[in-house]
Amino acid sequence: MDGRSISPGSAEGEAIVSPEPIGFYGGIDLDTGVVIEKGHPLEGQSVTGKVLVFPNGKGSTVGSYVIYGLAKNGVGPVAIVNKETETIVATGAILAGIPCVDKIDIDQINSGDNLRIDADAGTVEVL
Amino acid sequence: MYLTNEQEAILNGENGPVEERLFRLLVRLGDIYGAEKMIPVGSVQVAGVSFKSIKLPGTEFLEDMAGKGAKVKVLTYLNPAGMDIEDWKEYGFPEEFATNQMRIMDAFRAMGIVVTATCTPYLAGNLPRFREHIAWSESSAVSFSNSVIGARTNREGGPSALAAAICGVTPDYGLHRDENRTPDVVIDIETDLDFSSDFGALGYHVGKLIKNKKPYFKGIRNANTDQLKALGAAMAASGAVALYHAEELTPEAHLMDTSGLETISVSGSDIQETYDKLNTGEEPDIVIFGCPHASLREIASVAEKVEGKTLTKPVWIATSRVMKEAAERMGYREIIEAAGGKIVADTCCVVSPIEDMGYNTTGVNSGKAANYLPGFCKQNVVFTNIDDLIAKQE
Repeated sequence: MDGRSISPGSAEGEAIVSPEPIGFYGGIDLDTGVVIEKGHPLEGQSVTGKVLVFPNGKGSTVGSYVIYGLAKNGVGPVAIVNKETETIVATGAILAGIPCVDKIDIDQINSGDNLRIDADAGTVEVL
Repeated sequence: MYLTNEQEAILNGENGPVEERLFRLLVRLGDIYGAEKMIPVGSVQVAGVSFKSIKLPGTEFLEDMAGKGAKVKVLTYLNPAGMDIEDWKEYGFPEEFATNQMRIMDAFRAMGIVVTATCTPYLAGNLPRFREHIAWSESSAVSFSNSVIGARTNREGGPSALAAAICGVTPDYGLHRDENRTPDVVIDIETDLDFSSDFGALGYHVGKLIKNKKPYFKGIRNANTDQLKALGAAMAASGAVALYHAEELTPEAHLMDTSGLETISVSGSDIQETYDKLNTGEEPDIVIFGCPHASLREIASVAEKVEGKTLTKPVWIATSRVMKEAAERMGYREIIEAAGGKIVADTCCVVSPIEDMGYNTTGVNSGKAANYLPGFCKQNVVFTNIDDLIAKQE
């Protein structure tokens, strides 16, 4: 699948797919990488080491720091794939050095799929 | 994106490694979102200030930049911190938290940032003009500056706002451009709105419905800046609304063409249902006003209502240091404290660690606070108007 490069780099990993937007501040614990937002489809699951797939970001503008903190604490996702990446997620991914691609039809990705992300070219491949 | 020779030089490291790194971030964002050039910003407001929000990685990120000599080029204010910077001990904020919070404030001060921590910078000395380009990040301040003042900012992430402050520019995309400021949907208000909490309930309801669209309100008979602040804050929290127009009330409304737009009506029962939905508790352990930070008029209103009464449970008003000092001079602080209340500056109910201070149920008149308190602070919420809330704490 061809998309747009948001933050450069490449990665391979297992997909964890959220059908709902993610607000990182108050949504993911930056010490553990576990989704903590009440009622979120991924509540209780860890994003650590996974390719985190979700439509778009939402909520607090502090979310960029949460993405950066997840990476610094070694509990971040190895890559991010979105339908539409907004500034908050883009800023976090770029600062944290997490490869990120958007303009992807994420409905074609399921949790558990193995993905190869080439964020320089802006491509996502289901292996 | 077109860059000037000076800007190319920044990318080549001529202004040092910090500016190079942050300018790269801005260029990257500009390339992603289709900016053709950088534009100078008149002021900046930086989010990501509370230790509760950014924790150790964020703290070290800021200390690293400050240590490398980074300095801001334009007037830069901060979002609320996690505690009252001066009176934290008296209000029971934990010592270890305070130590970490002061590390963050020191790093910001070293970068030349004004350490007045508020989500209402426009009430505390950072007031942009109509059509001025700025880079602000706190979502209610973004909404107020775009909508009520008519300044121009995108919803900046904490670090991208800091980058704009240190580089003095932001990429020219999104709400900086005329063509992106037009409304997407008309919201027709068919009910009277009296209390600020009514505006908060309206904002919560509309934000949930329209997410990140730009609404054009018709039928709001009158609203002062406190009520417009409450409306915008709630819409930015339940959705991601960064700009709204309101007929006869906001400065760009008369420039906008609403013909052919979808119309959504809001009735009194929609407002009542929103109150019902957001109420998850009954008796507040604590009532907190001032989300967004209270204006002097709002502090005066609380003082008037509690004067001569005895509050048996805590009532806080969160505000900026500037408003707290004005309240002190006017005798409002004395009246509020005599009744048993407190005016807490520099912080707010959302970013302070109230869940660690023994409170489980919080009463608020803010749609924004009602949206965030259950998740961020593990609180049950009592969401109602100022009169009911004060009556509950007597």
